[in-house]
Amino acid sequence: MAPFIQWLEGTAGSIAIRESILLYPVIETTHVLTLCLFLGMIAMLDLRLLGIGLRGVPVSEVAGRLLPWALSGFVIMAISGALLFYSGPVRASNNIFFKVKMAMILLTGVNALSFHFTIYRRVADWDRDPTPPLRARAAGFFSLVLWCGVVICGRLQAYNWFDQARG
Amino acid sequence: MDLLPLFQWLEATAIGTLVRESLWMFPVIQCGHLLALAMLGGSVLVVDLRLLGLGLRDQPIESLGSKVHPWLVGSLAAIVATGLPMFLSEALKCYYSPPFWYKMTLLAAAAVFALTVRKRVLAGPCAPLWRGLTAVTSMALWFGVGFSGRWIAFY
Repeated sequence: MAPFIQWLEGTAGSIAIRESILLYPVIETTHVLTLCLFLGMIAMLDLRLLGIGLRGVPVSEVAGRLLPWALSGFVIMAISGALLFYSGPVRASNNIFFKVKMAMILLTGVNALSFHFTIYRRVADWDRDPTPPLRARAAGFFSLVLWCGVVICGRLQAYNWFDQARG
Repeated sequence: MDLLPLFQWLEATAIGTLVRESLWMFPVIQCGHLLALAMLGGSVLVVDLRLLGLGLRDQPIESLGSKVHPWLVGSLAAIVATGLPMFLSEALKCYYSPPFWYKMTLLAAAAVFALTVRKRVLAGPCAPLWRGLTAVTSMALWFGVGFSGRWIAFY
């Protein structure tokens, strides 16, 4: 893996983003502001699953109407995030926050899939319940906590607290 | 009006000094600011999309607006509460940062727009064209706030 990361760091595109006055801030800003579209919509669904937001709206309606927006947000975040990684792959791949962030994103995927293939299959039984069943509430809770963790790790990744040890 | 002395005083406040001299406080507050951003953006978007006939379009506008309102107010309070100590810790930097002034101007505009025009459009019957224009204006203003906010770090 390390030789690949080294090679990536030396490619023209990586250097171009890293050294650009405009490119890096524009990609970074895109990544951050898409949080509103991605996490904003995910949070609406999670709060509904927890029974504390959008209570009168059927769960399947919240999921059906908002997840496509969240998904398009996710695509923008993934592309801009990949470009940010590409602009400094050596530092990122050595960064503890980056590693934890990636692990947490994987866990959100596991959480989302296990929700969709279990309790959500029977959503018709509890679609209009103001407070959904425990399994659904748990999925909303883990999603919210994990995504908050992803944001926090992403932000802290920029600080060099743990980089110095490698100096 | 010369605001420089005011900003110098703000920078010297106890909270400003505390945050500036701490290694971890600024980053931690920043994380809270970002999480509030996601919630604020989500609260604005879900209603503005509805005004455009998108997203939760089976919900009546008025009831969706009032369901989301507490989250909008809560996240706005959280984003101001986290933004303020960060600002105090680098008030002088902000004074000389063009994006900071853009952000504050747009923030004032976005807040006034939300409390006046948008509030009325959400409250009652309204032609689709006006709803759409309101949604686009609201999203543009808040996007401007977020965009210029991020750029305080760059310029």
